[in-house]
Amino acid sequence: MKMSGAEILIECLKKEGVKHVFGYPGGVVLNIFDVLYDEKDLELILTRHEQAAVHAADGYARVSGKVGVAIVTSGPGATNTVTGLATASMDSIPIVVFTGQVPTMLIGNDAFQEADIVGITRPCTKHNYLVKDVKDLAQTVREAFHIASTGRPGPVLIDLPKDVTSGMCDFVWPKEVNIRSYNPKYEGNKWQMKQAAEEIAKAKRPVIMAGGGVILSGASKELKELAELTKTPVTVTMMGLGGFPGTNNLSMGMLGMHGTYCANMAVQNADLIVGIGVRFDDRVTGRTADFAPKARIVHIDIDPTSIRKTTRVDVPVVGDIKQVLKEIIKNLKETKEQWGAVRKSWLKQVDTWKKERPLDYEHDDKIIKPQFVVEKIYELTNGEAVICTEVGQNQMWAAQFYKYDKPRTWLSSGGLGTMGYGFPAAIGAQFAMPKATVFDIAGDGSIQMNIQELATAVINKLPIKVAILNNRYLGMVRQWQELFFNERYSHTNLDVVPDFVKVAEAYGAVGLRATKPEEVEPVLREALKIKDRPVFMDFVVDWHEKVYPMVPAGAAIDEMIFGEKKEKKQKFDSSQIKIA
Amino acid sequence: MKHTISVLVENKFGVLSRVSGLFSGRGFNIESLSVGETIDPDISSMTIITHGDDLIIEQITKQLNKLIDVIKVTDLMEVEHVEREMVLVKIAPAKADRPDALRITEIFRGRIIDSGPKTFTIEITGDEKKISAFVEMMRPYNIKEFVRTGKVAIAREGVKK
Ligand SMILES: Cc1ncc(C[n+]2csc(CCOP(=O)(O)OP(=O)(O)O)c2C)c(N)n1
Repeated sequence: MKMSGAEILIECLKKEGVKHVFGYPGGVVLNIFDVLYDEKDLELILTRHEQAAVHAADGYARVSGKVGVAIVTSGPGATNTVTGLATASMDSIPIVVFTGQVPTMLIGNDAFQEADIVGITRPCTKHNYLVKDVKDLAQTVREAFHIASTGRPGPVLIDLPKDVTSGMCDFVWPKEVNIRSYNPKYEGNKWQMKQAAEEIAKAKRPVIMAGGGVILSGASKELKELAELTKTPVTVTMMGLGGFPGTNNLSMGMLGMHGTYCANMAVQNADLIVGIGVRFDDRVTGRTADFAPKARIVHIDIDPTSIRKTTRVDVPVVGDIKQVLKEIIKNLKETKEQWGAVRKSWLKQVDTWKKERPLDYEHDDKIIKPQFVVEKIYELTNGEAVICTEVGQNQMWAAQFYKYDKPRTWLSSGGLGTMGYGFPAAIGAQFAMPKATVFDIAGDGSIQMNIQELATAVINKLPIKVAILNNRYLGMVRQWQELFFNERYSHTNLDVVPDFVKVAEAYGAVGLRATKPEEVEPVLREALKIKDRPVFMDFVVDWHEKVYPMVPAGAAIDEMIFGEKKEKKQKFDSSQIKIA
Repeated sequence: MKHTISVLVENKFGVLSRVSGLFSGRGFNIESLSVGETIDPDISSMTIITHGDDLIIEQITKQLNKLIDVIKVTDLMEVEHVEREMVLVKIAPAKADRPDALRITEIFRGRIIDSGPKTFTIEITGDEKKISAFVEMMRPYNIKEFVRTGKVAIAREGVKK
């Protein structure tokens, strides 16, 4: 039976199991939107900006583990997706974005609303396509979903000229995908896995450093088993939050620029780092020359290009983390090591670091400390919410003061650091998990980057709780100006911050405000009661507050600076710990 | 160190810019790049000459391998191989110099592929040394134009280094 390209597209999406698509219409995608008009099994969620549609698809993917989908028009619609694609690309999130394109005969003519989106997005997608013939459409969609979701996941873009969506052809759903040049490797090399196990078995001061790859590969259970079996303390990167339970006693929290004292000290004094699904980002390693100077490094990742990119690696293992960890655990179980005894003094040292300098802040009875808001959110949600964040101090406090026990409950733009990510991502997350309590922990600067999505959340009755840590500043940039630019606050003071309560109300959402510490809890309780619409909570916080500890750019990660009132602790000397 | 990398890719539009974009986007340097269809019209072969230490070359080959349209990447440094480049040189020698110019061309096994009242165009194929030597020899003969193809390379039969 002959079908139009637009019908074929929707049929393909249904075959891929897609239920929700985020998007925004325009001239060249009218054929597709027309088919969507009668569609019952697949819902298009209209955002108010294409960037938000892509972030929503991304949030949907992060929470559900499925491929997120967005459809937008050509030209400006397509170019508005670039930030979303780059965000997903840096964080390895599987999404497929469809852009409309002018009819094939007009391509290259500077036609109205034409953009070479395939050219523009080449560096920020895992792969992209321009479909020139409706006969190739089904095959292309099938390949795109396959590429997005396998190997190291990532965004794929398909550009659809108008005549391809109106063209007619028989619909044939390809049974399988076979791309001769694309064969991700899932199984690790046996010998390297054995070596990795040996390194872990014999190390005296090992640290597991787990990243977003653990979550993408669904390997949290294996990670926990490995850590507990070998009594190895675990630190996570920002992308790895939730990959290992934050409340587990082997957890040292996050490492890196705003990591915990304990995690950074442990890494710098370890004799073995087991990097699992991490990219060794510069925010994590600090000055690379001095990263983990005493350690051998085992690195497990599905993407060979991640290995040895920034740091030396002694034992590389390329493969799917879940499979590799299973094998390594099997190897380790065959040894007769008594890790409890071997690691005793190391774990004691780790504990000392934890106690010496836990994450903290000075509470105040008159003014709201932003960290206090995050702590209260943790308390009142029992740590069971899905937390999305914007970018800046809000993001770091959300990473530090909420404990993530489960994977896929922390959504934050790690690699690109995209302000405006959190709110649309929360919309995607709420669609993926209608019953979940979804928060966006936001800055007053960031929330204004996609504030228009209030409309999307109101229309769809999404009870998203947006906690704005309102410091009237682009706080994180201000922090750098304060510490490194002699307090010259060039353009970081947001003189005019809108009345967020009124903004929320103008869109038909609920607006609440807290200006004193004792109002924080009641406002949160009030917000948690609202089930049928979004809530903006304007927490007017202490604008002086900074994120600590902090590793200045270019320093080694144990060269942390702390809040003013605290004196520096002595440097740790690893030769002093006794190994049983 | 200089490396010659041979890349087999799907013969589709956009693949060349994916490959060159990978180099420019990551700050790798391309000295020369040449592409052409292989015996299988669905596959093209690229020869890329690039510079870098071991770590950079490792990244380059891994990143190339990661591109969806790339079928196979071979660093020819690891095997015995032969390289060739072709150059077209248009010279306008003084009348008295013509016989000399022609003789040198012959010595280098060059071919005259076009001639007119004032100029000769010479085609010359060979490895880098031969081509440089030839160009040096031609300098006195008033080089008007000069184009080179970039290198192509192929591994020798079954010889490992
Ligand atoms: C789209 C975008 N533009 C600029 C930046 C640079 N940047 C990083 S943090 C930050 C300040 C964020 O301010 P705000 O949202 O108010 O959060 P706060 O740090 O105050 O919590 C800026 C401007 C960015 N990350 N993303």
